[in-house]
Amino acid sequence: MTFRMDAAVAARGFEVSLGLGAGETLAVLGPNGAGKSTLLAVVAGLLRPDTGRAEVDGRILFDLPSASRNGTAGWTAPHRRGTALLAQEPLLFPHLSALENVAFGPRSAGVPKRAAREAALRWLAEVDAEDLASRRPGELSGGQAQRVAVARALAAGPDVLLLDEPMAALDIHAAPLLRRLLKRVLAGRRAIIVTHDVLDAYMLADRVIVMEDGRITEEGPTREVLRRPRSSFAAGLAGLNLVTGSATAAGIRSAEGLEFTGQHDVPLIPGQAGVAAFPPSAVSVFLSEAHGSPRNSFPVTITDLESHGDQIRIRAGELSADVTPAASGDLGLVPGLGVYFVVKAAAVSIYPA
Amino acid sequence: MAAVGALFVLLPLAAMVAKVNWPQFLPLVTSEASLTALGLSLRTAAASTLLCVLLGVPLALVLARGRFRGQSLLRSFVLLPLVLPPVVGGIALLYTFGRQGLLGRSLEVAGIQIAFSTTAVVLAQTFVALPFLVVSLEGALRSAGSRYEALAATLGARPTTVLRRVTVPLVLPGLASGTVLSFARSLGEFGATLTFAGSLQGVTRTLPLEIYLQRETDADAAVALSLLLVAVAVIVVGLSYRRSAPARIRGSAGPGTGA
Repeated sequence: MTFRMDAAVAARGFEVSLGLGAGETLAVLGPNGAGKSTLLAVVAGLLRPDTGRAEVDGRILFDLPSASRNGTAGWTAPHRRGTALLAQEPLLFPHLSALENVAFGPRSAGVPKRAAREAALRWLAEVDAEDLASRRPGELSGGQAQRVAVARALAAGPDVLLLDEPMAALDIHAAPLLRRLLKRVLAGRRAIIVTHDVLDAYMLADRVIVMEDGRITEEGPTREVLRRPRSSFAAGLAGLNLVTGSATAAGIRSAEGLEFTGQHDVPLIPGQAGVAAFPPSAVSVFLSEAHGSPRNSFPVTITDLESHGDQIRIRAGELSADVTPAASGDLGLVPGLGVYFVVKAAAVSIYPA
Repeated sequence: MAAVGALFVLLPLAAMVAKVNWPQFLPLVTSEASLTALGLSLRTAAASTLLCVLLGVPLALVLARGRFRGQSLLRSFVLLPLVLPPVVGGIALLYTFGRQGLLGRSLEVAGIQIAFSTTAVVLAQTFVALPFLVVSLEGALRSAGSRYEALAATLGARPTTVLRRVTVPLVLPGLASGTVLSFARSLGEFGATLTFAGSLQGVTRTLPLEIYLQRETDADAAVALSLLLVAVAVIVVGLSYRRSAPARIRGSAGPGTGA
């Protein structure tokens, strides 16, 4: 472990202990108010914990309560931490151009103007935003601005990159683009990403922690946590149907040989690893194989029925479908019954993993 | 009611313009006494505006960003001159910097006399104008929020760099309008100046004092000079609005296409 932190903030009931290897990306999941943003603020030095200790590559970020009387020892100021923050909103400095925004970190580190501009241009190219260099933040769309913000955070050369729900403020078209960009730039980079989207955890993180009420309730490799959720929150997240497999021309073929066609905004390379995601609400249940337009129809055996709001959630192994109690009764759904799950291609999102 | 409100402001101005003795206007405003008073007003107002910026910017920063005991009390005291009759301010200054004043005695020993000098004019104007700058700037700082500053710090910017490259540029429109307002307030200062600095031609007799004096002997001159002061005020207000308008348009520029 090259990043290690134990911290407690009494006023917020926050007590967390976590570690991060070099080049490892950690996703932090949890309900609102669970302390996810507090975690990032403590790492970044924007919030002072009551007690705790954190270090990155042997450098102390904080070691509290401080041994010295004035409290300066055992506390590294935010600007010396190397923990660049990417927030939900881009927060580009409105008075600076995109290029000047990206050059802000290098300039603050004392890099000469010309070299900082060159570095900024390289980072803008890295996020496919060179053509936006001279634009003012007010002239950028939400997605463009967030891409520039990614470049700005990376240009600061952080030891730990902190991302606070970076996709949350983006529309449904911009979010997948940014997710793919993050997947590229986060590869091999030490980062902590707070998210409420299980797909982010799945695609971007090596490991995931689930936070509830200021504490870590679950921790482990992303796939494992989502496959066998123990916390109620992770279980709720795991409600999203995720099927891994290898890409075909139109979708994903699972290990069991099931074909899923769906929507994808990048050309799929057959054979490449991928994931198909669809919500249980998009799944219909039939007793016999459905004929007609929906192409995703596959036989499953019901393992469990549980109430889920005013719906009944039908579980079949790792997949689930939501149906109305009336429909469930009409079909006579019980555990052990063999049925067909049918989901329209339009409701399935395909991502290269 | 809005029309009545607008009339209430415009009508007296129109009445005054109607009273102006136009054939004599130029000679009246270019008389030696008038020019001296105008020059003194502009010089002292510029000096007190500078002083307001020097003292007001740190104050606004502390009030908007700091968190300490007695903060709201400090804010109340800084804003006090806004609601205080200027004459009272003048008396307070007199008992601070006057010959028998709190600091005046020590200053006198050091050979410095402030009361009834041009310096006193500047101090009186600063006293009444400072709240305008602090209020505008504190408001701008609060609405800008501290999120940009926190983010700049995580990017490696030292506190001084954050102040120079993020905070100040973000609140520049607020600082500008605060500066203009305090300049205008300084220019119109009367009560505190008269009490603390007196009315010596060329030394402490600013334009408002000159107008008040002329009103007794030469009403035409007083009206002409009043119009001059109105013109200066209109220019100042116009400048501050022109400054903030383009910023607003730029800020609300629509999103570009695509992502």
